[in-house]
Amino acid sequence: MSEPVQRVLGPVALDYTVHAGSVTGAFLEALLDKRLVGRRCPSCAKVFLPPRGACPTCAVPMPEAVEVGQRGVVTTFSVIRIPFDGQVLTPPYAAAHIVLDGADTPLLHIVGECDVDTVRMGMRVEAVWADPIEPTLASVRYFRPTGEPDVAWDAFKEHLG
Amino acid sequence: MARDADFVARFHLAYTYKRSTGPVIGRFLTSLREGRLEGVRTASGEVLVPARAYDPRDGRATTDAWVDVGPEGTITTWTWIDAPAAGAPLDAPFAWALVRLDGADTPMLHAVRGPRAAIATGARVRAVFADHREGGIRDLSCFEVIP
Ligand SMILES: [Zn+2]
Repeated sequence: MSEPVQRVLGPVALDYTVHAGSVTGAFLEALLDKRLVGRRCPSCAKVFLPPRGACPTCAVPMPEAVEVGQRGVVTTFSVIRIPFDGQVLTPPYAAAHIVLDGADTPLLHIVGECDVDTVRMGMRVEAVWADPIEPTLASVRYFRPTGEPDVAWDAFKEHLG
Repeated sequence: MARDADFVARFHLAYTYKRSTGPVIGRFLTSLREGRLEGVRTASGEVLVPARAYDPRDGRATTDAWVDVGPEGTITTWTWIDAPAAGAPLDAPFAWALVRLDGADTPMLHAVRGPRAAIATGARVRAVFADHREGGIRDLSCFEVIP
């Protein structure tokens, strides 16, 4: 105890309750039918998945629901190789931005059923559903490679940011 | 129709940070572990409590002159907490307060034990140290109002 103090634990924690609301509620409702439903902006026509109630670019409500595909493209990814507190999966695993067919925004999810070293930008993937289905995004267990040819950079580069 | 009333979830978001103190805050916490309150003198002569490596007024490095302060001080401002949240320094209702320790020029944020009626700007308080101290800010349990 005579050593000078050099480190302190600084835990932070928040307990809170989330109410899905009508937009995310409709998204979760559709998951129960194994459907992925986003919203289309009436101004810029972009389809947001996960959906939002209003377009963050155009600042207008997005009442139109649009079902998107169960397949999509990995636009960017990160391989998690280190453990951390509260980690659900066992490293190494790949977290990826996936733009589903018909959507314009990335969905953050896991790429599974493949070696993490084979995950790449442009890779085609498809949803693998959990059993049973619950109204959470974890009902998509992960996305797995479809084996289709990779998507060319030019076809998805606008969806990176 | 969305059954949005069905979709309610409880979340627990937590991070188990471990921070490096650096030499200045490290010394401040080492002193706390010994049951002492120390401040550091700035180049312009003020005493900062808690101690800092740089003077927030002019950005200059603080000196290596350490000054004993407290254990008594004065509340400069405060807010009453009727329902302490999980992890709060005290279980019973208390005040978050800025306390300027005797000998210091800056106030420090900490908890002041009630009763509510005793809490006031200008009230005199005294440091209450934890029995078991580990080198963290909670080595100082709270302040109590001097009757
Ligand atoms: Zn828009």
